[in-house]
Amino acid sequence: MACIELNEIAHAYVRNPAGESDYAIKRIHNVWDDGGAYALLGPSGCGKTTLLNIISGLVTPSRGRVLYDGRDVTAMPPEKRNIAQVFQFPVLYDTMTVFDNLAFPLRNRGIEKNEVIKRVHEVAEILDLTPFLKKKAAGLAADAKQKISLGRGLVRSDVAAILFDEPLTVIDPHLKWHLRRKLKEIHEQLKLTLIYVTHDQMEALTFAEKVVVMYEGEIVQIGTPQDLVENPEHTFVGYFIGSPGMNLLSCTLNGNVAHIDGARILLDQKTTELGGKARGKLELGIRPKYLELSSEPGKNGVPADIKAVEDLGSYKIVTLTLAGKTLQAKLPEGKPVPGGTAWLVFPPQWIRLFADGRLVK
Amino acid sequence: MMGIVLDSVTKKVVAETHLNNISLELEIGTTTVVLGHTLAGKTTLLRLMAGLDRPTSGRILVNGRDVTGMSVRKRSVSMVYQQFVNYPSLTVYKNIASSLKMSGMSKIEIDRKVRETAAMLHIEDLLDRFPAELSGGQQQRTAIARSLAKDADLLLLDEPLVNLDYKLREELQVELQDIFKKREAIVVYTTTEPAEALMLGGNIVVIDEGRVLQTGSTPEVYHNPATLKVAQLFSDPPINYLNGAVRGDAVRLEQDIEFPLDGHLKSVPAGSYIFGIRPNHFFLSRVSDKDAELRVKVELAEINGSETFIHVSHGDSRLVVQEDGVNPLRIGQEITIYVNPACFFVYDTAGALFASPFNKGSDRRPAWPA
Amino acid sequence: MEKWENNKAWFLVVPVLAFVAFSALIPLMTVVNYSVQDILAPGESVFVGTEWFKKVLHDYRLHDALWRQFLFSGLVLLIEMPLGILIALAMPKKGWGVSFSLVTLALPLLIPWNTIGSIWIIFTRPDIGLFGAAINSLGLAFDHTRRPLDAWITLMLMEVWHWTPLVALLAYAGLRAIPEMYYQAAKIDGASAWSTFRYIQLPKMRGVLTIALLLRFMDSFLIYAEPFVLTGGGPGDATTFLSIYLVKIATGQFDLGMASAFSLIYFLIVLLLCFVFYQVLQNVGKGARI
Repeated sequence: MACIELNEIAHAYVRNPAGESDYAIKRIHNVWDDGGAYALLGPSGCGKTTLLNIISGLVTPSRGRVLYDGRDVTAMPPEKRNIAQVFQFPVLYDTMTVFDNLAFPLRNRGIEKNEVIKRVHEVAEILDLTPFLKKKAAGLAADAKQKISLGRGLVRSDVAAILFDEPLTVIDPHLKWHLRRKLKEIHEQLKLTLIYVTHDQMEALTFAEKVVVMYEGEIVQIGTPQDLVENPEHTFVGYFIGSPGMNLLSCTLNGNVAHIDGARILLDQKTTELGGKARGKLELGIRPKYLELSSEPGKNGVPADIKAVEDLGSYKIVTLTLAGKTLQAKLPEGKPVPGGTAWLVFPPQWIRLFADGRLVK
Repeated sequence: MMGIVLDSVTKKVVAETHLNNISLELEIGTTTVVLGHTLAGKTTLLRLMAGLDRPTSGRILVNGRDVTGMSVRKRSVSMVYQQFVNYPSLTVYKNIASSLKMSGMSKIEIDRKVRETAAMLHIEDLLDRFPAELSGGQQQRTAIARSLAKDADLLLLDEPLVNLDYKLREELQVELQDIFKKREAIVVYTTTEPAEALMLGGNIVVIDEGRVLQTGSTPEVYHNPATLKVAQLFSDPPINYLNGAVRGDAVRLEQDIEFPLDGHLKSVPAGSYIFGIRPNHFFLSRVSDKDAELRVKVELAEINGSETFIHVSHGDSRLVVQEDGVNPLRIGQEITIYVNPACFFVYDTAGALFASPFNKGSDRRPAWPA
Repeated sequence: MEKWENNKAWFLVVPVLAFVAFSALIPLMTVVNYSVQDILAPGESVFVGTEWFKKVLHDYRLHDALWRQFLFSGLVLLIEMPLGILIALAMPKKGWGVSFSLVTLALPLLIPWNTIGSIWIIFTRPDIGLFGAAINSLGLAFDHTRRPLDAWITLMLMEVWHWTPLVALLAYAGLRAIPEMYYQAAKIDGASAWSTFRYIQLPKMRGVLTIALLLRFMDSFLIYAEPFVLTGGGPGDATTFLSIYLVKIATGQFDLGMASAFSLIYFLIVLLLCFVFYQVLQNVGKGARI
């Protein structure tokens, strides 16, 4: 096991990168703790797979260094780095039995026979593969195959980290939660460093202790699932996490009032102070579930037109226009929706301000 | 009737029955969502409506005219598939225009139509690109634009968003629902996802193993699923069920839970029942004094960014609790969950709805066709 | 499955069925007809039952030709299959080298068969042929028209030169179809180059190698043009393979009945062996362990 340090990493696939836009990874500088369960989350094309390949050694970065426990491994190929990887599609040795598949990495390293048998049985037990040990790997279901891929990493006692590249893509939806659970159990039991790449928020937030959100070649936030939902540090995190995403409205500040074109929204003292120091293009963000809707103006209500109401069973999504801008509110099941014009209340404690996309703090 | 009618349609392939005696009436200007698992017969249904396949028995009528053996070329149909189907050697513009060329429209008219449709799907800046230069979302937008441009009477979409990232899916669901509303066409949209069906609204046809289980307005069916099977299909995660018995004026659930009959449960006669509880009706804290309590063990907490789906076990039963926000519970943790019996769906042992929380219990006559 | 239902589609198959009937079925039935008759003169024939078949099965020259044929096909496969795979493994995977090596490999496949015979006749001539003269100048006597072993060596060389590229091209296509992540996984598992070949490349090439093996077996088992041009079946009977012998009976002795019976047996042997090869290769790695 190891802690992994990425030191000033940048990577471009073109040979002579001209500008920012040629870089798949712009600048990444951080440390992945030993024994942590990390998820790398982002939309397709954000550079997450490139970063994973830099950590595993399949890609050598254009700039920067990769350190495992302080040792520089930047130029080392994957087989020398003691990592294991589970790919999007199961990779198996088709002609071998499950036992031989699991034993393969050990035998290649010249491990003694009794030790191989012992390790394979231990890992098969953890992954519920014991009944299949004598079967051909090729004939098994997709979830069992992915467990074998994982098992080939787990059998090795020298593994520094296990990397996962969207490993549940080919698994039936109703079996996914079972594998997610298995992964969590393995992490708690073995305390390995696990890095999991995905574009699916459910997978990332369920799996990880720390989620690393990537956007256009950069890390925009590293945080617990709770941090990402309650305190997004970047407008992209607000948009990408949660369904629907955070409402983001460009605004100007005037004392403790945020002006969204015609509409006036009151801020609390803390936000007002932060806003006073902020530079750049300002945006006000609030998650749909924190917006309150009523048919009375009340104390701080701002009028908005209701455009559509979607009943999604366990909750309703109300689409409104406020001063020409569209926003969404999420109401729990059974809560009545006013007709036509509604009065929107922005609870000050849930309002976040962003300057040039970054949280003002 | 203006619309499409399926009259006792059955489709068999060799010895296998893909669709069993289906009768449906879909009116022009409506959106119908077909909800069912993979291989339930959704695609077969669309193919029959399109005229790509012939039913083994039964009739299909369009605007009152029998079209049962008529070739798809003579019908006014367009279709969108799961895979992004575009002509790889044509630009986005020509892809969209391709469906109009045959109609004999003038060049100027075609140009207007292509630009209008492209604007509707926000791909007006991509008209000169080739499909291979587009992202998955843009490719599917192009495919949808191509089928919309044609202005067909019957617009069929077969799980069109299934291969897209969830954020793109969300955006397109909202846009499509808007577009469908403005169309003078019969829109049929298949999906496996309850949330998508609810998002699109309109009417719903729930099918399973080639049979129609229930039809009606989408929210109506969600709130009154006629059978346990419909409730399971139309709830994600699937509805929870607990076996129970009514004796005297009390309900006994599993071994250890007892509560008095109240509200819509008041007039349930003695006997064995299956109680269906939607995941969002379980709570981690007490909400009302009527709440029943269950001691459960956490199997996994799945977090999707807005809600947490907590998989728990209670004896041999597996339940899912949907809780708002982020709840990172540990595997193996013992917790208490609460549920108000006023939310219970009551099914008889054969799986037919006996009482629904949305029936208000006053009228025990079932609200579904027997 | 759906296609069985659309009856009109069957009309589209009619031309193909007609073509197959004329090109294969009708000639085959003619052969069957001949094999049970003794043709005395055009229009005059006697029904002889299984007489020809008995004669064929007891013909010792045919037995010799059969064993010779097996030996030849066996050797051809033993050389061409591994060699083809080796070439495919050694071929470049990207850059200009790919098209260069593909074109170079395809060259022998593009030359007409009889031309190939002529090329090799000249190439191996002991007096002026580059190959023949070179060998002779080394002090080794080489003459494929007189020495049976030399005739065999020449034919094998020609066959291997001509057809190994086909095996290599098929194997290359198979190799290119293996996703990159298999190699990555093998690296991470610490597999040696041999293990990677044995457990990833070879199993993943099974499909194309089956096709290559079947094609090469059938083709070499039916070999005619090359020995006909180069050696005419000689010296002696040394390179008289089945089809050479068949033609000798049919056109040399004008024994149409016997030739027909012979053809049918020949056909059945090829069919049977192809079936056996196919079955064995399909099951390797699936059910049974290798």
